[in-house]
Amino acid sequence: MSSTGPSDTGPLAPARRWTMWLPLALFALFVALVAYGLLWPASKEVPSRFVGQALPEFDLPPAAAGRPGLKRSDLADGKPRLLNVFASWCIPCAVESPQLARLAAAGIEIDGVAVRDRKADLAGFLERNGNPYRRIGADDRSIVQVGIGSSGVPETYLIDGRGVIRYQHIGEIRPEHIPLLLDKLKEAGL
Amino acid sequence: MTMRFPIGLQRALLCLAILLAPLAAGTLRADDIMPPAPYAYRQLDDPALEAKAQRLMESIRCLTCQSQSIADSDASLAGDMRSQIRERIAAGEEPEAIRTWLVERYGDYITYAPRVTSLTWPLFAAPLAFLALAALLLRKRFGFGRPGADRTDGGGAA
Repeated sequence: MSSTGPSDTGPLAPARRWTMWLPLALFALFVALVAYGLLWPASKEVPSRFVGQALPEFDLPPAAAGRPGLKRSDLADGKPRLLNVFASWCIPCAVESPQLARLAAAGIEIDGVAVRDRKADLAGFLERNGNPYRRIGADDRSIVQVGIGSSGVPETYLIDGRGVIRYQHIGEIRPEHIPLLLDKLKEAGL
Repeated sequence: MTMRFPIGLQRALLCLAILLAPLAAGTLRADDIMPPAPYAYRQLDDPALEAKAQRLMESIRCLTCQSQSIADSDASLAGDMRSQIRERIAAGEEPEAIRTWLVERYGDYITYAPRVTSLTWPLFAAPLAFLALAALLLRKRFGFGRPGADRTDGGGAA
């Protein structure tokens, strides 16, 4: 601080010149970090940690007329299949129904878990969108949904012949997802 | 035949219509209308058990509204999870066992009480490291433990 002639301890001394830019550089870094977060937001999907684990024990009553309910032993009969977690109140569930119909037509067995659904609503949904399911269990209190680590609808689980979850598809199945699902089914021994 | 309103009144009516639209569209919301699970909105009769359940529910993240706890959220899935937690606590299960059960299904994301793992240990270690660093710097500054290096006593015996 003392002004006793020219010295190298002043505010523009060579050693200190670059530190002058440090706050601005830190600020730029912060702006870049925020911009990155805004432009490429983190995924909000919560994948199930239960992939690779055997399904928990459950026994759901039938949710729709003409289709039996769903229990764990139905899903461990030696043949891989898809377990579709859905609901009539879920819009993307209607979007994926043509894809489910295609998979069912290709001989894939699809079982459904109808989450917090009213019988009348579900009947209307199946009438409008078709019914690719062999069995539909009514999960009125999200027991199976939470039991397999599902965080929303629709989600589709690939179950192998021993009742072990091999793959989880989050969100609606779009046409471009079908080859991947068929590959995974083949891997599981179809 | 058509009703004509002054432009200001038209705007006011439009605003009112927009404000009231969600009420009219109540049946169109993309959520279920099932009655809630038994213990979603009902406390356990035993206050001690309810307090246990409440402490756990406040630290479990809602999967639908991801910045709320299931205790705070009105999402149906959160209600179902509250009911499951209360029923399991009433059946004698320990809160931490239920937390572990949930972490097995949803990962650490589900809990607001982070565990120390190979991924999260810096969160716990960093404050300690900063405290140690601060102690070191302050020690230097105050000159503790360095009796020969005090700067104020410059005129003492050499």
